[in-house]
Amino acid sequence: MKKSVFLGTLSAAALLGGIASATTLEDVKARGELLCGSNAGLAGFSAPDANGVYQGFDVAMCRAIAAAVLGDPMKVKVIPLSSETRFTALSAGEVDLLSRTTTWTYSRDTDLKLDFVGTSYYDGQGFMVKKSLGVSSAKELDGATVCIQTGTTTELNLADFFKSNGMTYEPVPLKDNAEAEQQYSAGSCDVYTTDASGLAATRATFADASEHVILPEIISKEPLALTVRHGDNEWADIVKWTFNALLTAEEFGITSANVAEQAAAPGTNPEINRLLGTEGELGAMLGLDKDWAVRAIAAGGNYGEIFEANIGASTPIGLSRGLNALWTQGGLQYAPPFR
Amino acid sequence: MTIAMDPPKAGFRLSMLLYDTRYRSITIQVIFMVLIVVFFFWLYENVVTNLKAAGKDFSFAFLWQRSGYDINQMLVQYSSDSTHARALLVGLLNTLFLALMTCILATVIGLIAGVLRLSKNVLVARLMEIYVETFRNVPVVLWIVLVNAIMAVSMPEPKEFRGENPSAQMIFFDSVAVTNRGIYVPEPLFSRSLGNTDIGIFLISNDLLAIIAVVLASIWAYRRLQANATAVQNATGIRPVTWWKGLAIIVLPLVALLAATGFHLGYPELKGFNFVGGVQARNSLVAMWLALSIYSATYIAESVRAGILAISRGQTEAALALGLQPGLATRLVVLPQAMRVVVPPLISQYLSITKNTSLALAVGYMDLRSTLGGITMNQTGRELECMLLLMGTYLTISLLTSSLMNVYNASLKLKER
Repeated sequence: MKKSVFLGTLSAAALLGGIASATTLEDVKARGELLCGSNAGLAGFSAPDANGVYQGFDVAMCRAIAAAVLGDPMKVKVIPLSSETRFTALSAGEVDLLSRTTTWTYSRDTDLKLDFVGTSYYDGQGFMVKKSLGVSSAKELDGATVCIQTGTTTELNLADFFKSNGMTYEPVPLKDNAEAEQQYSAGSCDVYTTDASGLAATRATFADASEHVILPEIISKEPLALTVRHGDNEWADIVKWTFNALLTAEEFGITSANVAEQAAAPGTNPEINRLLGTEGELGAMLGLDKDWAVRAIAAGGNYGEIFEANIGASTPIGLSRGLNALWTQGGLQYAPPFR
Repeated sequence: MTIAMDPPKAGFRLSMLLYDTRYRSITIQVIFMVLIVVFFFWLYENVVTNLKAAGKDFSFAFLWQRSGYDINQMLVQYSSDSTHARALLVGLLNTLFLALMTCILATVIGLIAGVLRLSKNVLVARLMEIYVETFRNVPVVLWIVLVNAIMAVSMPEPKEFRGENPSAQMIFFDSVAVTNRGIYVPEPLFSRSLGNTDIGIFLISNDLLAIIAVVLASIWAYRRLQANATAVQNATGIRPVTWWKGLAIIVLPLVALLAATGFHLGYPELKGFNFVGGVQARNSLVAMWLALSIYSATYIAESVRAGILAISRGQTEAALALGLQPGLATRLVVLPQAMRVVVPPLISQYLSITKNTSLALAVGYMDLRSTLGGITMNQTGRELECMLLLMGTYLTISLLTSSLMNVYNASLKLKER
């Protein structure tokens, strides 16, 4: 009896250990749903709309990927993550990717075993203060109380900025944007610091938005990137090239309105033909079918359309393209060739 | 009888392991032990394999790297150039500080509420009952967030103290400022300070050491004085008048020391964005302290009430019959006996207060959970190491607290000879 129980336990252990994790692509297909780690509420980037469906720039990236892989942009389950829990959630496989204003850094890429596959938004850390304080530069913030989201790169940049300028400050660590917004508007801190895009998004939600000013200093580089687990290169390629497809689509003027028409028959531009699957086998190289890019573009439009619809100049967030313009228009967004 | 004295001649057979009651329990225990060992070995193997698969190693070397972040409340010196281990220490001290302050306040409130709940005054008893039932039946984290929100929203901003006709004013003769960033109180300063002693991990103020030494010496001298007076009283029957000597022994050396070191108070002053000088009790600390104390006090109040009810009514009656006032009867006769019943549940209350301090992240109080288990874990990505360290630290704190309280409990127990 002793022996059989022992062997039974062993075989059970072997069985449990034997359920080797399939690749992320297989998991997603089997599940029929893409698990997208994003912000719980950051207007314009990822926030629930009036119907409780998550919308925004970061969510649109996930919808494009879901459209490419699963054929339906709505088959996305947005998992709201705090800046503290996001990496653990990704490593543990609770989400398939992070599209959550996550800065691409050396140590995260190497030590945390993450892979950053495309910079969806080039950002930098800024400061927001109330106009009534009469501050016009971040160099005048000596002695200020600063609200900050804990567990982010901004926390380290802030310490470095004040140290290198020989100034002191009082950090008020908070766990997410909502908390920080509340404390800042209650006046328990003078300054709120996070990525400049996040500041603009937060300011847009204030009733007295014009009473707040974002200071001119940008104290860091914050390339906000799509993030996947290290080691599953096939999945990383899918995320990377779906994002590149959106950029290339903007470059060649393919929009959600005309993508179906252009994909109907091969056109004169071979790169468009390869992207839209009317020529060559690019989809198969990625492990997808040949219409993957068509569906991704049809989901929310190309990169420029997604930008303008969620955070662009016509929205309450009102961000200009700036560094995020295409390379052909003086920006940094540049996709490698589809070849 | 005969069977027991006559052991079976047949030798040991394997089936006896299962069918012989003498061996069966041992068999079961051995099987159970093996299962436990196998389970833990499997758990360990699983962790090691998965860490390897994720390409991560298991190492505590990150503790000696530069932390890079700032902490607002520091009981020892710390800057963003310090190590993660140092940040751990700062967080640990903040946890202990909060736990200690909360245990003290919760005990005081709990003792009062527990006694008052048994009051003959219906209004007072009912009010205490409402307090206990409301506060202990709502999750403590909600109280913490509520107190923090009240502090942040309803207290004046520092800038409201400025100008010709400020809308907010400092209280207690312009010495204490209550703002929505915390409460600023005067700090003790020494113009002819004795300096600090570096004991390796942190600095200790020599002024503080000197004050403690002088006070202890004064108390010892006062005890000698009283013992002397008692001896004289026993010998002659007349107790010498000692009150002015006692007062002099207690007060004069301390005053002399404070004068010699140039003791004065540093008042908080509005400079730039914030008050400067004085000691700042941050909102997060005040919110944690008040909310946790008021919440935990309800449990202590119930223990105290149970303790008092456990004392036979005859004890009170006897005390009253001796002519003691009701207040004195409670304080001198009932409470000391009730403490025997109260202390064991009090121990577990202190333990849960210590563990509940880990809710501090909700309001951004930089305790152990927020420094080591929050920022350090996030910046280094060492989840397993940080969590093991955290668990180990809380376990150590709890075991130390409970052993200290057990010593106290043993000293209170009924001495049976």
